[in-house]
Amino acid sequence: MSGELLLRPAGEIASAVNTGAVSAREVAEAAIARIEATDGKLGAFTDPTFGRALAEAEAVDTAVAGGATLPLAGVPYAVKNLFDIAGVTTRAGARINDDHPPAKADATLVRQMTAAGAVMLGGLNMGEYAYDFTGENAHHGASLNPHDPTRMSGGSSGGSGTAVAAGMVAASLGSDTNGSIRVPASFCGLFGLKPTFGRLSRAGSFPFCASLDHLGPIARSAADLALIFDALQVDDPADPAQIRRPALDTTPGIDDGIDGLRIAVAGGYFRERGMPEAYAAVDHVAKALGVDREVVVPEAARARGAAYLITTSESSNLHLGRLRERAADFDPDTRGRLLSGAMVPAAWAIQAQRFRSWFREAMRKVLEDVDIILAPATPFHALKSGTKTVTLDGVEMPARPNIGIFTQPISFVGLPVVAVPVWLPGAALPIGVQVVAPAWREDWALRVARYLEASGAVSAPVANS
Amino acid sequence: MSKPFDAEKHVDHMAEVMGLTIAPEWRQSVVDNMAATAAVAELVLAFPLDDHVEPAPVFEA
Repeated sequence: MSGELLLRPAGEIASAVNTGAVSAREVAEAAIARIEATDGKLGAFTDPTFGRALAEAEAVDTAVAGGATLPLAGVPYAVKNLFDIAGVTTRAGARINDDHPPAKADATLVRQMTAAGAVMLGGLNMGEYAYDFTGENAHHGASLNPHDPTRMSGGSSGGSGTAVAAGMVAASLGSDTNGSIRVPASFCGLFGLKPTFGRLSRAGSFPFCASLDHLGPIARSAADLALIFDALQVDDPADPAQIRRPALDTTPGIDDGIDGLRIAVAGGYFRERGMPEAYAAVDHVAKALGVDREVVVPEAARARGAAYLITTSESSNLHLGRLRERAADFDPDTRGRLLSGAMVPAAWAIQAQRFRSWFREAMRKVLEDVDIILAPATPFHALKSGTKTVTLDGVEMPARPNIGIFTQPISFVGLPVVAVPVWLPGAALPIGVQVVAPAWREDWALRVARYLEASGAVSAPVANS
Repeated sequence: MSKPFDAEKHVDHMAEVMGLTIAPEWRQSVVDNMAATAAVAELVLAFPLDDHVEPAPVFEA
């Protein structure tokens, strides 16, 4: 029973543990067995923490036996290996960080998960220093797509997608600077939440770009995203970019439906650069929502370009010492990007930040007339592993930076997004659609995602592999 | 930009300025990425911004 339950949504697992129908220990043992049986060929985990999982599960069982009800009781989860896990080295996907001492304490969001009763199974594979959309890693191997292991998981939170789609855990935590939660959610057929910039604490996670980094959950249901998001919110002075706001409790209203929400499809840039499946997925979701309105996001190509400039210059500043001392130890797919990023003139990067202010105001105006914007999450289904170039709109370009062309303009101005998984008729692979809301309205995006899930328009089945 | 961007020259100069050692087998990747970044910068810099549009280094959304 615990084995079957493991493949159910996190909310069902928590209910079963809270009512005593199953113990957290049994669920943890089922997760460990599934990881041991399947991860060898998928490469999701770099740092399993099975001893910790069993100890946490027993603590949850003791608490439940004592009368406690915990929102994530016994829910097995794992985290991208840029989150600090006490006693584990925070790799951030990098050979260089493998030399770091183990973290002394858990990241803030890991502490929140523990307090809610979730059970930590370990650290997950990722692209080096999160500068990645593929899930490939020269040091730690590739995290592969459970729906077709010859294909990419998507990145940079690759293992966070692989582990959830393969049913090893019910949920994971990842980071998203330009799309690193939404891309693996799209490629692996999962629900992913990138909250508003400044909503969740990033303390105890290894940074990539201070002005663009977000953390958030990946799961197999929209309701699970809401449960986890609610549990993750806490005021944390340790993250200087976090905005002090009242917590947003999204679970109570998750089934409120879409009445009253003005929804539109993003046109222009978001209809010009993808493969047919990207637009078919958006149209499928629009139809399920009864939406035929289109809205143009102004200057989206420039927004994507400005995010690109900020990313390359901020991340290269962060890594400058390592680029000087240990350039040979970087992943070859990351090294050239970071070395060139260290050579970006300041005027380019500052102009990009000024353009960001302009674009923020432009998006505010767009969002005065519309509450939800639908856009593709990725321009195509998961690519074959090792793909180096793609052809979009007749132009051949490098694959790695261009997988995120649709996610990048949205996170550039911090808007909250739920990526929802679409299975088009006859398709062997899933593809995601972004449900974009105004700043601080994660609840609206989650409601739309839940409505789509309840109507059967989107779903995140566990892969058979 | 007034003259076409010379990525090779820029990389050679900035590697020295920034104290970066570029092994020969890495150089093409660095130059290609620099050229791609310059093309993106040209697009961003071509957009006219009012003098009062300030940077948003900490972004509140």
